[in-house]
Amino acid sequence: MAFVEESYDVAVVGAGHAGCEAALACARLGLETIIFTVSVDSIALMPCNPNIGGSSKGHLVRELDALGGEMGKNIDKTFIQSKMLNKSKGPAVHSLRAQADKQSYTREMRTTLENQPHLTIRQAEVSEILTEEFDIRKKKITGVKTTSGAVYHARAVVLCTGVYLNSRCLTGDLIEYTGPNGLRSATHLTDSLKNNNVRMFRFKTGTPARVDKRTLDFSKFEVQKGDVPVIPFSFSTKFESVQKEQVDCWLVYTNENTHNIIRNNIDRSPMFNGSIEGVGPRYCPSIEDKVMKFPDKNRHQIFIEPEGLYTNEMYLSGMSSSMPEDVQYEMYHSMEGFENVHIVRNAYAIEYDCIDATQLKSNLEFLNIDGLFAAGQFNGSSGYEEAAVQGLMAGINAAMKLKGREAVILDRSQAYIGVLIDDLVTKENFEPYRMMTSRSEYRLLLRQDNADIRLREIGHEIGLVSDEEYQDTCHKIDLINKEIDRLKSTYIGNSDLVNSFLSAHGSNTLSSGISLAELIKRPELDYELIKDLDKERPTLPYTVREEVNIEIKYEGYIKRQQTQVDAFKKLEYKKIPLDIDYNSISNLRLEARQKLSKIKPENVGMASRISGVSPADISVLLVYIESYKHRSEK
Amino acid sequence: MIDDTICALATAAVESGIGIIRISGSEAVSIASKFIKSKSGKAVDISESHRIKYGFVYSDEEPLDEVLVMTMLAPKSFTGEDTVEIDCHGGVLMMNKILEVAVNNGARLAEPGEFTKRAFLNGRIDLSEAEAVGDLISSENDYALKASIKQLRGSVSDKIKRFRSQILEDDAFIEAALDDPEHITLDGFKSDLEQHVTGIIKELEYLISSSDDGKRIKEGIRTVIIGKPNAGKSSLLNILVGSERAIVTDIAGTTRDTLEEHINLKGISLTIVDTAGIRETDDTVEKIGVERALDAADNADLIIYVVDSSIPLDDSDHRIISRIQDRNTIVLLNKSDLNQVIVQSELESMTNKTVIPISAKNNFGIDKLESEITSMFFSNRINFNDQVVITNLRHKHCLINANNALHEVINSINLDMPEDFFTIDMMRAYEELGYILGEEVSEDLINEIFSKFCMGK
Repeated sequence: MAFVEESYDVAVVGAGHAGCEAALACARLGLETIIFTVSVDSIALMPCNPNIGGSSKGHLVRELDALGGEMGKNIDKTFIQSKMLNKSKGPAVHSLRAQADKQSYTREMRTTLENQPHLTIRQAEVSEILTEEFDIRKKKITGVKTTSGAVYHARAVVLCTGVYLNSRCLTGDLIEYTGPNGLRSATHLTDSLKNNNVRMFRFKTGTPARVDKRTLDFSKFEVQKGDVPVIPFSFSTKFESVQKEQVDCWLVYTNENTHNIIRNNIDRSPMFNGSIEGVGPRYCPSIEDKVMKFPDKNRHQIFIEPEGLYTNEMYLSGMSSSMPEDVQYEMYHSMEGFENVHIVRNAYAIEYDCIDATQLKSNLEFLNIDGLFAAGQFNGSSGYEEAAVQGLMAGINAAMKLKGREAVILDRSQAYIGVLIDDLVTKENFEPYRMMTSRSEYRLLLRQDNADIRLREIGHEIGLVSDEEYQDTCHKIDLINKEIDRLKSTYIGNSDLVNSFLSAHGSNTLSSGISLAELIKRPELDYELIKDLDKERPTLPYTVREEVNIEIKYEGYIKRQQTQVDAFKKLEYKKIPLDIDYNSISNLRLEARQKLSKIKPENVGMASRISGVSPADISVLLVYIESYKHRSEK
Repeated sequence: MIDDTICALATAAVESGIGIIRISGSEAVSIASKFIKSKSGKAVDISESHRIKYGFVYSDEEPLDEVLVMTMLAPKSFTGEDTVEIDCHGGVLMMNKILEVAVNNGARLAEPGEFTKRAFLNGRIDLSEAEAVGDLISSENDYALKASIKQLRGSVSDKIKRFRSQILEDDAFIEAALDDPEHITLDGFKSDLEQHVTGIIKELEYLISSSDDGKRIKEGIRTVIIGKPNAGKSSLLNILVGSERAIVTDIAGTTRDTLEEHINLKGISLTIVDTAGIRETDDTVEKIGVERALDAADNADLIIYVVDSSIPLDDSDHRIISRIQDRNTIVLLNKSDLNQVIVQSELESMTNKTVIPISAKNNFGIDKLESEITSMFFSNRINFNDQVVITNLRHKHCLINANNALHEVINSINLDMPEDFFTIDMMRAYEELGYILGEEVSEDLINEIFSKFCMGK
């Protein structure tokens, strides 16, 4: 039978947030790339919450942007409200979050993809991965096949299937075998993966109802305004371009009545009556989960967020559910201001196939299938941002491999991206993985404000950051260093003027001279506050002033964290030979042997983070590696 | 850490004339220089390799012990690193104190097998020994872990667990609020936290002061004599000790409680414990004695089971035999001067232990017992050595570190730092306390966040 046959360097399966980044990265690095989607209209779809960023996720977007990804630029073009979260807390946990106009977001990303040289968009369902034997017990990817029988040869394939593999949506006992929003699910690829010995998991997630704005009584809600001025996500976006009119979000609470409706119908929830097979995230629990798990709470916050500028649909953040339609109807109507609400789309839970990501290496390539990469919810993560950064890294690493260049692996001390990927590939993960700031050991160093300082250079080396963008960052770093040096070497005396300024700010007066840097370190003062004492201060952009303040003010804490990082790096640089046979190391405990053989960590640091591997096992491993090295040298 | 500076006892923690403390790592010389001084408190230059220097170990400006110090610079040392060895006066307490001084000056207590591991990694030990090094690490670690947990009294470990769960809960609350600032507020939490942390600090400081040196440190190999009443246990003790410590009569059940004596056997320290005879009894006092005897046996490093060879084995013997199955035990067939009703080979096959015929009364066979004990010790079959002292010191050190970390938390609160700065030191305290219990941190925090706080969109 005749069939279509084409050849590419890279094939990307799925055009969600991971797939878009992967495809753009490969095409921008000059590789002929094809991206498959079950519907071109659903490129970069936001089927759940209408925002990008948030605590720790904002960090991910910033880092992605610094490396040359697209998400930050895309949301800067399409946001309708922006907020810096945690502003009252330390700089490490400040996090940007923007409400998106969903349709614009999708359209803009699609336009970017459509106009990207070397990139082909193809609407089709990929049903098979094509492989050939490569080495003993190892395979190599050769391409993909679609349901129509068409064959696309590719030297590398990136799987970003999101929640579409064998997906089914549940609303009470109503089960629909579709992807999100009624889009078709992909029903063949799981079998093909299983035939290639890929271990699969089944996860679950959910989304709340969308309601008609015109049927809500806004006088009953608290308004939530955006920040002025707006801070852009992308380091390349001009500050002025994001200062625009913003829309409001709103806050409402569930009440005892809502909770009673849920309790009375809990046996009809698929979560509680056993018809859900997948494992859901603990982070984003459904409202029924919250009510049952926290019976003492008599109300829960619900944020009402617009889905866009040109729609009346409102998203009810905090109220995802898989209750039957009639229960949802009652439950949504029970809230104040919702008495006459019209539901546009029901809430539902969705189940899907994903992989056990410990089968991947740190470059997001399968251990046992050469050239096959994976990213996004397919890897067991949750969230647009988590997906996007994996897509970017998988795309970059597919490109690096084809170009014969070294893999780009960020470690836990370099980026949240490094933490995320390291967690996914080394820790056994039994629920959708969400980024959290508490997962990062060195978060004082991994701030959203210094993502460019940390990563621009790497992005430039990869080839996704332009010379101009890179020069901007170098210039910024230069300004920061000069200003810090100046503040450390500029002393002021104990004049009456200085002392009256200090006592006016509740700060101890001086008896002798002190550097400006020392003054900034005082808890009650900062860089901006002391500007009247600083006669020779140059005019500097906000991003530079912010960095200078943080670096000086928190110097002690930052140094302590840097010491921890130095210790961490030592184990991280101890590579473990890939062909090591753990079962032959008799003095490793059995559990450690099993875990290590399964996960195959690339270095001793990774091995030490695997649960069930003790410090003593690590010592034994170090000794073994050393003798192994000597033996193979002989 | 791979290349920090470590310290440990290089000789067994037993009562002996001389003890050696070894410090190894790039900072070894500079750390030792901080506390090795002349009698008048002046600096002693110990930087020259392979030279012996005379001086004093100082603790808080006070001379602690008169010592000889030998520096061996890399690579000419056992570990291949800069090494300082301090020959001090033996004695568990003194060695322990000097080790503590080294730790206070910046050395870290070595992990089990760590000196050997470093020697190996630095190419000072032949490759063919890699396997043995691995074994040493894993077995010493198993041992240290057991010893560590065994030493914690229940009340102390309960306390530490309570501190940890309080710290974890507070930390998880902060983290939950950082991750979900719109749902969870930290308003007013600082004062709660300050109160919790101050409370823990108070209790920690009490624990630290009470863990101090005045307390009895277990010395040497704990050797428990066990057997039926009148089997000759107390006579044996008296022979070994060389004095009439235990009241020896021929009335069964004379020893109603346990008695302890310290002896030195060819350089090996033993704590010998005489116990009440094991038998079914209605006498309340004696019953308690029997229980204590069995407990003592359970905690022994070595059991000496004394059997009266002139009377047949009964239920009490079987009870003992089952209790000593997988323990280091020497069986003594006493009263070899009387008519034998028990045959040595039968008892050997029944107990699977070495059986030595003796006569405590005639001082016969005691030399064989002594040589059996020494050979067991030197072949490492019994080795209750340094780890007990080490774990004591290690526990104390962890408590101090945890306490310091919590003081940092209070400091950050007083400086009005944002809440996310507290978590760094809170988790450090949590980890340190976890080392004492032998627990790893890994996913505790994430699990606590999800189980205690309602998170998310």
